[in-house]
Amino acid sequence: MNRALRPLLATTAIFLLAYVAAVLQYPSMLSTRVLGNFLTDNAFLGIAAVGMTFVILSGGIDLSVGAVIGFSTVLIATLIMWAGLHPLMAFAITLVTAACFGAVMGAAIHYLKVPSFIVTLAGMFLARGGASVLSPDSIGIKHDLYTSISRSYVLLPGGGRLTVIAMIMLAVFALGIVLAHRTRFGSYVYALGGNETSAALMGVPVARTTILVYTLSSTLAGLAGIVFSLYTSAGYSLSALGVELDAIAAVVIGGTLLTGGYGFVAGTFIGVMLQGLVQTYIVFDGTLSSWWTKIVIGGLLFLFILLQRLVFSAAAPQKAGFGSRKKAFRKS
Amino acid sequence: MRRHALKSALLRPQFAALAAVLFINWLLFPGFFSITWQDGRFFGSLIDVLNRGAPVAILAIGVTAVIATKGVDLSVGAVMAISGAVAAVMVSTGTPAAIAIPVALLAGLLCGFWNGLLVTYLDIQPIIATLVLMVAGRGLAQLITEGSIVTFSDPLLSYIGTGAFLGLPMPVVIAFVLMCLATVAVRRTALGLLIEAVGVNRSAARFAGISSRVLLLLVYSFAGFCAAVAGLIVAGDIRGADANNAGLWLELDAILAVVLGGTSLLGGRFSIPMSVMGALIIQAMNTGILISGFSPQFNLVVKSGVIILILVLQSPQAGQWISRRFPPLAPPPKRSAK
Repeated sequence: MNRALRPLLATTAIFLLAYVAAVLQYPSMLSTRVLGNFLTDNAFLGIAAVGMTFVILSGGIDLSVGAVIGFSTVLIATLIMWAGLHPLMAFAITLVTAACFGAVMGAAIHYLKVPSFIVTLAGMFLARGGASVLSPDSIGIKHDLYTSISRSYVLLPGGGRLTVIAMIMLAVFALGIVLAHRTRFGSYVYALGGNETSAALMGVPVARTTILVYTLSSTLAGLAGIVFSLYTSAGYSLSALGVELDAIAAVVIGGTLLTGGYGFVAGTFIGVMLQGLVQTYIVFDGTLSSWWTKIVIGGLLFLFILLQRLVFSAAAPQKAGFGSRKKAFRKS
Repeated sequence: MRRHALKSALLRPQFAALAAVLFINWLLFPGFFSITWQDGRFFGSLIDVLNRGAPVAILAIGVTAVIATKGVDLSVGAVMAISGAVAAVMVSTGTPAAIAIPVALLAGLLCGFWNGLLVTYLDIQPIIATLVLMVAGRGLAQLITEGSIVTFSDPLLSYIGTGAFLGLPMPVVIAFVLMCLATVAVRRTALGLLIEAVGVNRSAARFAGISSRVLLLLVYSFAGFCAAVAGLIVAGDIRGADANNAGLWLELDAILAVVLGGTSLLGGRFSIPMSVMGALIIQAMNTGILISGFSPQFNLVVKSGVIILILVLQSPQAGQWISRRFPPLAPPPKRSAK
């Protein structure tokens, strides 16, 4: 158990060290204001990353989440501003559309036996293209509900603001943790990621679990789209470009094994926060350009992949080769 | 034997698909096939398809080899940006292009070598190993250009992107030469066989005495090199290096071209000329959508529709259904293994 928690502890330690180092340089970073903004600015990324965690735990990958976020914002904007629907109705339609989209992708992955990576790539093209066919231009959303939601927050001690969208993200993470570690569906996902054949032999409903995993991921991407539209009060087909990569990076930095079957939803939260820290640090510094974010995140990604390799090959004394990672996991 | 191989190649669905796309383009735009000779070079929509399709075709040549080893390279778009940035910055600071071009190609080769190191010596899944460079690579390119779009007016470098050789645009000539060299290298030597062996089963290939690590390093370096060539073409075309947009999303187009060409994503079966064909199909669709007056946004929807169709056709279920419905009249042509 101790060994299994090691990557999660390493991620947490690195985040705390990085935060302490940042605070030593800029003492004003240690405030609930900054922490509140961390949560608000990365809410959509966090929500999408929870879905991505489940997909990666099941041994797949979902490249369509950024595009689904973009599509959702456009769909919400057109439904509210052009069709005149109430925002809550628009939210419901968006979530159902996203869920169906994910279910179809999951079914294609399972029944056509195509790698998840290529199916979700097609999904990404479809969602981005669909969004720009709906409206190539950015649509501003004006509605009383939007203004009231963006104005309401819980005041934290120290002047920080816990906004509604930050609370949605925290709730999604809490639900994700329960779903992954305390339900039958969660253990099915872990079993599927460990070894699909053994999972099927053990009686795991492989088809249903695969479809549900991608449905969950797309639904959460739809929810992230709702949050993104609340955050920006607009719908734009090119919004959230490349978020799938940020989400994958957050999951990996959070200690989830990319081959599936091992990882924690809570780790993803720290992964998201670490990315937020890098961005905030670059803003505080002011002299570093924004492209340093990409380089630092790429470097962190590499560091954590390396860390996983070292931890898992230390657990497996035999020569590293195909399948040795899974053997290592069984032993620990 | 050769003639038989050629005939079976011409009967492949990729040729039918390309012909169908070109035919639709002709219906939409009757002057599609007209080619004129002007100022010492050919002009026409068909030449334009070849010219615009060349960068993706070159990427696809490298990515085909990677996918044949059961890998994937997501970083080629970022490597394009890096090589373009290196060449543009060197040329604009006074270095002759004859030095800048080899250095830019070397930069691409090194990027590919880095990917290969991660895949072989650290044993990281290819999709993740190359993701690192995909995320960080564009940042590196911006670091090289210091965040601005570096423009240049060097004649040799812009000749690579816009010049003509024997009447054909230079990118087409480069893509064609690269395709021929790569095809000869994999089909006239044992290299192709070794790549397929590693793609089918890396452990088995290792036990059979193939040094899979050296081979994988070679293949990823080659993909990086191809990406660098494509990056030089794009930079030469616009006479500048745009670290943000050069090669953006082209890695996905390249993978799509490889899949359209019939290379199996599960490794072991590949064809470099067919991947180039796939790149041409994609470009013919792009051009068709542009000249038909639809907004370019439809491009993505059509592209995803084509991927879905191909995936359904390639799936084992469809294969079973087709072989039940249409039992093969003759034994399928065996692929020659020399």
